[in-house]
Amino acid sequence: MSNGLALLSIFVLSVFVGFEVVAKVSTTLHTPLMSGANAIHGIILVGAISVASNATSNLQLILAIIAVLLATINMVGGFVVTDRMLEMFKGKKKEAK
Amino acid sequence: MNRNLYDLIGLFAAVLFIMALKGLSSPKTARRGNLLGAAGATLGTVLVFWAPGSAHKNLALILAAIAAGVIVGVPAARKIQMTQMPQLVALFNGVGGGAAALVSTVEYLKLGKSATTAEILATVFTVVVGCISFSGSIITFMKLQELMTTRPVVFPGGRFVIAGTLLGVIGTAIWVINSGGTSPLLIMGGLALFFGVLFVLPVGGADVPIVISLLNAFTGLTVAASGYVLQATLLIVAGTLVGASGTILTRLMATAMGRSLFGTLFGAFTAKPQESVGASEARPVKSGSADDVAILLNYAQRVVIVPGFGLAVAQAQHTVRELADLLTSKGIDVAYGIHPVAGRMPGHMNVLLAEANVPYEQLVEMDEVNPTFPQTDVVLVVGANDVVNPAAKTTPGCPIYGMPILDVAQAGNVIFLKRSMRPGFAGIENELLYDPKTTLLFGDAKDSLTKVVSALKAL
Repeated sequence: MSNGLALLSIFVLSVFVGFEVVAKVSTTLHTPLMSGANAIHGIILVGAISVASNATSNLQLILAIIAVLLATINMVGGFVVTDRMLEMFKGKKKEAK
Repeated sequence: MNRNLYDLIGLFAAVLFIMALKGLSSPKTARRGNLLGAAGATLGTVLVFWAPGSAHKNLALILAAIAAGVIVGVPAARKIQMTQMPQLVALFNGVGGGAAALVSTVEYLKLGKSATTAEILATVFTVVVGCISFSGSIITFMKLQELMTTRPVVFPGGRFVIAGTLLGVIGTAIWVINSGGTSPLLIMGGLALFFGVLFVLPVGGADVPIVISLLNAFTGLTVAASGYVLQATLLIVAGTLVGASGTILTRLMATAMGRSLFGTLFGAFTAKPQESVGASEARPVKSGSADDVAILLNYAQRVVIVPGFGLAVAQAQHTVRELADLLTSKGIDVAYGIHPVAGRMPGHMNVLLAEANVPYEQLVEMDEVNPTFPQTDVVLVVGANDVVNPAAKTTPGCPIYGMPILDVAQAGNVIFLKRSMRPGFAGIENELLYDPKTTLLFGDAKDSLTKVVSALKAL
């Protein structure tokens, strides 16, 4: 299997996993779930670091460093704000059926 | 680092993301799920500094940018008020989309003529969708922060402008694919940014959460596409997971609000700009004092409290609980009627009332509370409007038409605690305010509730 095709397979399988994991989520959790997923796509930070460490011109470096900054805000801020939302639920024994 | 070891650790991070999403979809495991996601993200980020085959240049600059990002992101997330969380999520999503577009652009510049067609296609996709997500999220942020009007913005010929911009994006995309080069890519990015603005402007305030969720899914897909350009499996898995789950979530949210996704996004194009019904004429309303409200409540047998955004703004969740406890101690049956989208995000009221330790059994979902309204003596609407607006049933063509509402008009008396006669977030007049069985108590929700509590104690 060529490398491109392997990556495509990973993509297609991930689509189905993504559909399955959130199929049954209560309304209460819509917002925290959206916020948590939002933080997860902050993983673009990995890509930003990767292109920044391999930049071959100043323009590339500047753009890549901006990407590192934005991606960090997305990732770190995203997880912190999700945790704050979920903190509100603690101390409650019973939850949505 | 050894390539195989590197990939194995990357796979572990990807599994953590799957477990994070799984955890986040159940109340018991939600917090742990989020922490698992953070662990996966940290692992992936640390790992990339040991990536095999990387030049590992500019380390100091990269670490400085990360530090700056933490300094901006963490305090913003910590200090933000509950009421402003949705717009912060929108903003985080936008910067993520922007980052993805930049990453692909840099890789595209570096590859130059050696880029394969598949890589160019993925770059084009990332830049277009990332830019739409970026500018669209900024507009949703401004709408939620009320830096601009929350009503749908529709201008004459708008649909032609938007169609023209879309054609422009597609045209420049073909140009990039055929001839490559930097300028076509920049023009395409600019047009995509403009399209993102046009795309969100016509969306009404109440539908904004759905749009945030959709743009979130968009950003996920751009991350996946940039993962393809960089040949990074972790980015493909994480991005695709967010894209797929975000799409499902967007549909679930739209269903909870009784909207079709298509109608939400394009409704403003097909509908005529709304005349605000009766907004200009001053009609009589019955406004009462805290004592009147206390008396109504005191002689009721069943009271349903309907909280809304006003409760969140006034931070009145503790006061409302005090009132509910007082009524319960008088032998009155008290319940909270929770509309799924009351407030500015789904589940907003549950979160807020949970903070005040309101017993979970008292929170009744819309479908269960609606049949009980005919047997309810008093409904106390605290800072809610659109979710009890009968226009959703009676006025076809109004922006919230078709949205399921709490049928409070069936109850014996309705009390509105409102700041003013200003219409709700969706910008629609509420006929119920003029109903003879409605009493209005103007003022900040917390002040009003405090006054009602002391009036009740004095009775």
